[in-house]
Amino acid sequence: MGIAAGYLSLVVLIPLAALAWQALGGGWGVFWAQVTTPEAVAALRLTVEVTTVAVLINGVMGTLIAWVLVRDRFPGRALIDVLLDLPFALPTIVAGLTLLSLYGADGPFGVNVAYTDTGITLALIFVTLPFSVRAVQPVLEALDRDMEDAAASLGAGQFTIARRIVLPNLIPAILSGIGLAFSRALGEFGAVVLIAGNLPFKTETAPVYIFGQIENDNPQGAAAVAVVLLVGSLVLLMAFGLLESWVSRHGR
Amino acid sequence: MAAKLGLRTVVLAYLGVVLIGPLAFVFSSAFRDGVGPVWDAVSTPDAVSALKLTLLTAAIAVPANTVFGVLTALVLTRRRFPGRSLLGALVDLPLALSPVVVGLALVLVWGQNGWFGGWAIRHGISVIFSVPGIVLATIVVSLPFVTRELVPVLRELGVEQQEAAATLGANGFQTVWRITLPAVRHGLAYGVVLTTARVIGEYGAVAVVSGDIAGQSQTMTLYVQDRFQAFDLVGAYSAAVVLALISVATVAVLRLVNRRGNP
Repeated sequence: MGIAAGYLSLVVLIPLAALAWQALGGGWGVFWAQVTTPEAVAALRLTVEVTTVAVLINGVMGTLIAWVLVRDRFPGRALIDVLLDLPFALPTIVAGLTLLSLYGADGPFGVNVAYTDTGITLALIFVTLPFSVRAVQPVLEALDRDMEDAAASLGAGQFTIARRIVLPNLIPAILSGIGLAFSRALGEFGAVVLIAGNLPFKTETAPVYIFGQIENDNPQGAAAVAVVLLVGSLVLLMAFGLLESWVSRHGR
Repeated sequence: MAAKLGLRTVVLAYLGVVLIGPLAFVFSSAFRDGVGPVWDAVSTPDAVSALKLTLLTAAIAVPANTVFGVLTALVLTRRRFPGRSLLGALVDLPLALSPVVVGLALVLVWGQNGWFGGWAIRHGISVIFSVPGIVLATIVVSLPFVTRELVPVLRELGVEQQEAAATLGANGFQTVWRITLPAVRHGLAYGVVLTTARVIGEYGAVAVVSGDIAGQSQTMTLYVQDRFQAFDLVGAYSAAVVLALISVATVAVLRLVNRRGNP
């Protein structure tokens, strides 16, 4: 146990303490000044915007994908199920490059998402694709079909059954998937960096900003935004955890 | 039925646009002129050196995190002590951290002006812009996987067999090595494969600490980025395809382990 504690201190606790010290050691005023520079504010705002859009799209589409994987039968379904693990395993830089190959300047469709918010959102959609699917899928598999059959025998249509019976049972899982995806997307760097380029105030997300500040030898500014990102991620995870348990207790 | 077909079409179209299309295209672009150019691109000295560094990093980080993961999972499931849930939360913390933030935190400890950096440099150890920093960064980001896979399996396993072994005179190490680990080998394998995939694929944390010197402190993922930035698309796609194939193999192994684990 001592070994585990020592190892954990060396690789997690001490580095995070150094980060907190760098960000807050100069006092609250210094920290606040660093996170409210126009460039930092623009980066944080863009991060929240693109993350929210990407995660909400995947919340909806992920639920539909899970439904199709569990309830529909067609050739190639098993392959798609396996492919959905790839965004978890694929190096993020490869994910970014992959998207640019098809939707970048040299892509075959003539669209160019490089250096755009759309491109960044697409990258975040790619890396968070499996979260909602994998959260909803097992719940849907375990869902008892009796309730749906009963509703159908009482004359409810497909849409009504989906909305009134299936969806309420899935809400906690959907929220859990969204929460994890949010936390992941907020900090995403590798998939975004090639697409975002290096355009402050335009396509600079918070992690890209942090990277730039480190390169420009401004550890103070980097650490301050890093602390905001870390706290934001933890608060989100906790909020979604609470929301999820509240919904599963009161939702029915 | 019409609704079902419509939904299937929507889902397949979405996956085609965001996942399958791009993946298929990057493979077809890389192999447009056959295997030859890809092979040439990944056998340049810089590419080989990057691959070697990635493998070296994995050879250190994976065993280190496996041992730590097993120990931590055992502590979390077999002992009661104040602060246990805090320990669990700390192990999971890297999942909530941006890789760039991990890199920054390590620079603040081990960099030239960092807490331990000055001391290390005086003793001739350079961490940042060098291999130890790369290894350390990948260790941090891949820390939680083994523990996270093992904790639920160990909980389910219970302690009866271990207690039986202990009554028969086995010591702690023998019990873990001969009873506990064989019983959780599928979960362990799953955790190790996930750790390996993350170690090989890590980019952000490594990009911050490595210094990114071609042929010296450049891992495979950094090499991909370097080739792309140098407008060497063949080189970038080729290295990316090698990494993607490793990911495909990872996913395949995970499926296999999972199938054998849960018959």
